[in-house]
Amino acid sequence: MQPSLNQVWAWLGEVPDPEIPVISVVDLGIVREVRWEGNELVIGVTPTYSGCPATSVIAHEIKSALQSHGVQAFRLETQLSPPWTTNWISDAGKERLRAFGIAPPTARGAKIYCPRCASAAVAKVSEFGSTPCKAQYRCLDCLEPFDLFKCL
Amino acid sequence: MTALFEYLLRLGDSDLILSHRLSQWVGHAPAIEEELALGNIALDLLGQAQLWLSLAAQTANDGRDADQLVYLRDAGEYRNVLLVEQLNGDFAHTMTRQFFFDSFHHLLLGALTQSSNGSVAAIAAKSLKEVSYHLRRSRDWVITLGDGSEESHRRMTTAVDNLWSYTGELFQMDGIDQALISTGVAVDLAGLRQAWLRDITTTFADAVLTTPQNDWAQRGGKRGVHTEHLGFLLAEMQFLQRAYPNATW
Repeated sequence: MQPSLNQVWAWLGEVPDPEIPVISVVDLGIVREVRWEGNELVIGVTPTYSGCPATSVIAHEIKSALQSHGVQAFRLETQLSPPWTTNWISDAGKERLRAFGIAPPTARGAKIYCPRCASAAVAKVSEFGSTPCKAQYRCLDCLEPFDLFKCL
Repeated sequence: MTALFEYLLRLGDSDLILSHRLSQWVGHAPAIEEELALGNIALDLLGQAQLWLSLAAQTANDGRDADQLVYLRDAGEYRNVLLVEQLNGDFAHTMTRQFFFDSFHHLLLGALTQSSNGSVAAIAAKSLKEVSYHLRRSRDWVITLGDGSEESHRRMTTAVDNLWSYTGELFQMDGIDQALISTGVAVDLAGLRQAWLRDITTTFADAVLTTPQNDWAQRGGKRGVHTEHLGFLLAEMQFLQRAYPNATW
């Protein structure tokens, strides 16, 4: 029997991002579509940054999740258009990022708050951080460094 | 080979070679933040190269994939512009090369988002977002270094003098461009030149640098005639596949 699409979305909602495991690939907005084509399940995924090394790991984890739930016939389809944007990160996902110590993306020019002490007194250290999607900041109040998920 | 295949190689190869050049900074950058930045930009460009070269491989449909295009072509088959294969030199040289390319790249991708070829337009739209912050950063560095100390200004002036003659090729076109422009796939590169010059001139004014007036251009990269530097770069990049053919991991 074919599992429902809602069921498939729920399964994928439990697949963590390999770099930031507190957030799922669904919360991150990289699973764009789930559909049945006859007996084959098609998962449309979009890369975050085009050079993100996690992309192939994510594909692998999605495949493992589907297999562990007994789905035999499926394929992953890369969808480049429209390009991924941080606006697709769910509100729950943004909250989990903050709790994890990563300031969630904000619109360009909007205020950035320290994920630890919520102070708005922060300074940019570098536009680039430990992964393509993050920038380095530091808090001028609690003095802790933190990552900002860049707005794309 | 079709015009589209050649055109995709030009797009992919310039990204790939510049990516490799930037990655050569890793372990040598002047500060840890710059190290991360150069590595991240290299990674973006590598991802973009992979998208273009995968599409090229799909277009040629001759059994080669993107990896084979990268690791098994010799210098004469590479189609990147000469600018991106130039040596890193000092940090001023690297940033000047980057700014010249980023400014062009941003205009090119912006125009390619309107391509009549859906795959080309999608890759351009995806890449454009990343190149926007590449450009922001290289422009900032050009201003910081040009309008910095006497030493940084001197180094920037030398870099501009050394690299300027490689910028004309960015806008050079031939029959491949013409064939694809007529079907709406490609972009009229000559038409981007004015906007590029405006960007350079405005930024150089802030950086207290002089925009060279000489428009004599080195050319040849797009048809496989390269400077001596590309061969050395490929020898390093392709070593593993050449020494251990078909090695995988």
